[in-house]
Amino acid sequence: MKQLIRLTVNEREYEVAVEANTTLVDLLRYQLGLTGTKKGCDLGDCGACTVLMDGKAVNSCLVLAVQAGGRTVQTIEGLETAGGLHPLQQAFIEKGAIQCGFCSSGMILSAKELLDGTPHPDEPEIRRAISGNLCRCTGYQKIIEAIKEAAR
Amino acid sequence: MSNYSVINSRASRLDAPAKATGRAVFVDDLSFPGMLHAALLQSPLPHARIRSIDTSRAERLPGVKAVITAKDAGMVRYGVSPARYDETVFCLDRVRYVGDEIAAVAAVDPQTAEEAVGRIRVDYEELPAVLTIEEAMAEGAPQLHAEFPRNISAEVHQEFGNVAEALKACDLVKTTTFKNKRQDGAFLEPPGCIAVFDLDGRLTLHSSTQAPHYVQRTLAMVLGLPVGKVRVVKPYVGGGFGIKAAANTGELAACLLARRTGKPVKFIYSREQVFMLCRARHQFVHRMTTGAKKDGTLLALQHECHLDGGAYSSFGIATVYYAGSLLGGPYKLPNMKYDGWRVYTNKPTCGAQRGHGGVAARAAWEQQLDMIAEELGMDPIELRLKNMMRAGDVTCNDLNMSSLGMQECIEAVRDSSGWNSKKGKLPKGKGIGMACGFFVSGAGYPIYRSDTYHCTATVKLAEDGGAAQVYSASAEIGQGSDTAFGMIAAEALGVPLDCVRVTSGDTDFGVDLGAYSSRQTLMTGHAVKEAAESVKRQVLDALADELKVPAADMDIKEGRIVFANGPVDFSAIRSRYIKEHRGWSDSPQEDFLTFREASRIAYLAKGTIVGTGKYKPPPLGGKFKGAAVGTSPAYGCSAQVVEVSVDTETGKIVIEKITDAHDCGRAINRTSVEGQMEGSVAMGMGEALFEEVKFDERGRVINCDLAEYKLVTALDMPPVDAIIVESNEPNGPFGAKEVGEGAIMPTIPAILNAVYDATGLRIYELPLTSERVHAALKARGEKK
Repeated sequence: MKQLIRLTVNEREYEVAVEANTTLVDLLRYQLGLTGTKKGCDLGDCGACTVLMDGKAVNSCLVLAVQAGGRTVQTIEGLETAGGLHPLQQAFIEKGAIQCGFCSSGMILSAKELLDGTPHPDEPEIRRAISGNLCRCTGYQKIIEAIKEAAR
Repeated sequence: MSNYSVINSRASRLDAPAKATGRAVFVDDLSFPGMLHAALLQSPLPHARIRSIDTSRAERLPGVKAVITAKDAGMVRYGVSPARYDETVFCLDRVRYVGDEIAAVAAVDPQTAEEAVGRIRVDYEELPAVLTIEEAMAEGAPQLHAEFPRNISAEVHQEFGNVAEALKACDLVKTTTFKNKRQDGAFLEPPGCIAVFDLDGRLTLHSSTQAPHYVQRTLAMVLGLPVGKVRVVKPYVGGGFGIKAAANTGELAACLLARRTGKPVKFIYSREQVFMLCRARHQFVHRMTTGAKKDGTLLALQHECHLDGGAYSSFGIATVYYAGSLLGGPYKLPNMKYDGWRVYTNKPTCGAQRGHGGVAARAAWEQQLDMIAEELGMDPIELRLKNMMRAGDVTCNDLNMSSLGMQECIEAVRDSSGWNSKKGKLPKGKGIGMACGFFVSGAGYPIYRSDTYHCTATVKLAEDGGAAQVYSASAEIGQGSDTAFGMIAAEALGVPLDCVRVTSGDTDFGVDLGAYSSRQTLMTGHAVKEAAESVKRQVLDALADELKVPAADMDIKEGRIVFANGPVDFSAIRSRYIKEHRGWSDSPQEDFLTFREASRIAYLAKGTIVGTGKYKPPPLGGKFKGAAVGTSPAYGCSAQVVEVSVDTETGKIVIEKITDAHDCGRAINRTSVEGQMEGSVAMGMGEALFEEVKFDERGRVINCDLAEYKLVTALDMPPVDAIIVESNEPNGPFGAKEVGEGAIMPTIPAILNAVYDATGLRIYELPLTSERVHAALKARGEKK
């Protein structure tokens, strides 16, 4: 049986009917059309579906949509402002931190959670912050450089 | 530093903004009106006869639109190499591994499709299974494929020179046996597709593939459609590493279901299904005997290899050949004997993965070279410098090193890592090791025997000037090929990169064999360059007519027309251009003739300006059986130094630093080259330390997720000092050759050699888990 929930995604309020077993990633991707959030494993292992819920990075495949009721969610689509790209997005582009791009949304959001709380992290803090986000392409080096750059 | 305007720079990737903002569309982001969702029924048993299949309960489930089995799909055999077409879309009467596909369902949503699959009843008669190479090759073992006795799916027997004689002349002969473990591709994006038939019976498959062309051919063959009615389009792809380089069952099933239902059908592999699809690196068991002279000269290699292939062939014939042929270089080796056997087992099928066939072989051999160096009292770097090949050398198996910056790579990592001050001087538990490697810049021949071009490309100018559109069927899968081809086109045409748009991955744009064997930069690069040069020539020819200046006296550079013999009056062209754009605010004001004006003039004179390019390598290699495998127009090479610390109490290895030098001929995009090097190192490190697909005694993968199949994380990865070496390859576009796979070759053996330096332990089996290292340390302790 579907349940009605209200949530805020990227500063827009939604009222949606979801099944009890619908995950947040499926709600975002298939009901709200926010396909920038990627689904790499659906098991909470890869981090590709990372979004910020009330400012905290979560694997959206491990959050039920009903648990997001009343919460504020930010996805990759919510990072740009009228002023342009978020400094993390800009740094990822400039530093070559993106190859296939499938981990990028989640990686950028994990990095954003870090920088929101720790504006000038050291390298071990950066590595810890993205350790739940797998990347098979880059070897992480340019991702770490990009996060350092964005923190400058 | 560079005479180039566009290439050899650190241009931002063309696709990066789309990917940084979530705009980039991958296959699962696509949706079509009326789209159905597919699910697969896969065997729960490793080996069984199918007595009967009853789909009636599935068909009755509301929301189910079609259920198909082998009876509907037909029994057209397909695979990768035509010599081993041993797969059918669905199993008719026998399943050969846990995951073998039996049926597919299309339904209104994924949940209904899954539920329907659960309602299909299959009556199995379980058969004994073989799960290891030894079991499979044993006398009287159950057979997977009747036509391949003793479960040997392919074997290779080659000898170059005379190994037995050469070994007699050696002062030192060393024999070791080494094995790696089955890998998983572990790309972040599970493969998936959407099949759409239009009302004229034409099929479009949107697929997460590395090889649109091969998928197109397989679909046409299996579905019985003319190639002209099959179009394969690749959206953005979340990594492939070799596994997505051939058609998969999901693609074929989606097409069959779309044809049956008349609706678009989507199928996305689950992460668990990725492990059952597999097609990744084999498990190899290498036994090598190497002979050297006292002065370190390598004289002979006798090499036997067994590959655990899984249930079908996939790329396996090429794999078993590569496992031998890729030891022909980068050292001078006059005598080499290779015997390889690829063996069918009741497990998911292995195929090609980054460094195809050569990675475990390279690890085994470079470890052995380290042992030889030590016994001869030589520094490992000295041994390698003594034996390495140089540009112009040809291996004993006829691979031509038309450029080879091996020496530059070795010296670069030696000097940058501080090797001389560290080797043999580090405290207990710390170690340093090195290794080298080389790899093809594209396979010399297509997978199916053909005189086909390996790639074609088209460059079309916008009728109003100023923009060039590059079209090809090449596959951007994350490596940066679209950006590389944009840069090559811009350089060749003489315009800035932002004048170029790249559209790729669509079989409607031509033929391109795809992103495998590190082929695209060299091969597609040639085709794109030729197409862009043709466009440039056409523009200059039109200008020559208009200005009465010989075309040979003009050039295009950085978006401007350059006249060799001083200024030319182009005011008539400018007036004409401005007149055609009355009311526009961006009329050309420059004091030179712009490319925009020139290309408008060319259009007015000749119609749409289109240039085409194509490439295929010249005939390559020797005349012996299997001589084609390993041939390439060019070879990249690399050297790495790894520094480790090993906790001698727990066996835990920490990689502290990697210094990596790779000869890519000429870096088209320096940032992308480094990205390939760093990514290769990470994958090699994962295979060395953590990665292993494990099975239970029933042939089921027990770690079919990314928690228990352990990839390298940001916490594991050390800093990588990536050094680009450029040897200017004569057969490459602007001198470019591969980087995507060769860069993985030295990683594993350099780690093995560093661990030895730290502990005095030679370990001959991967991965080097704490458990394995601890056991080895303990065994040594007990022996003492």
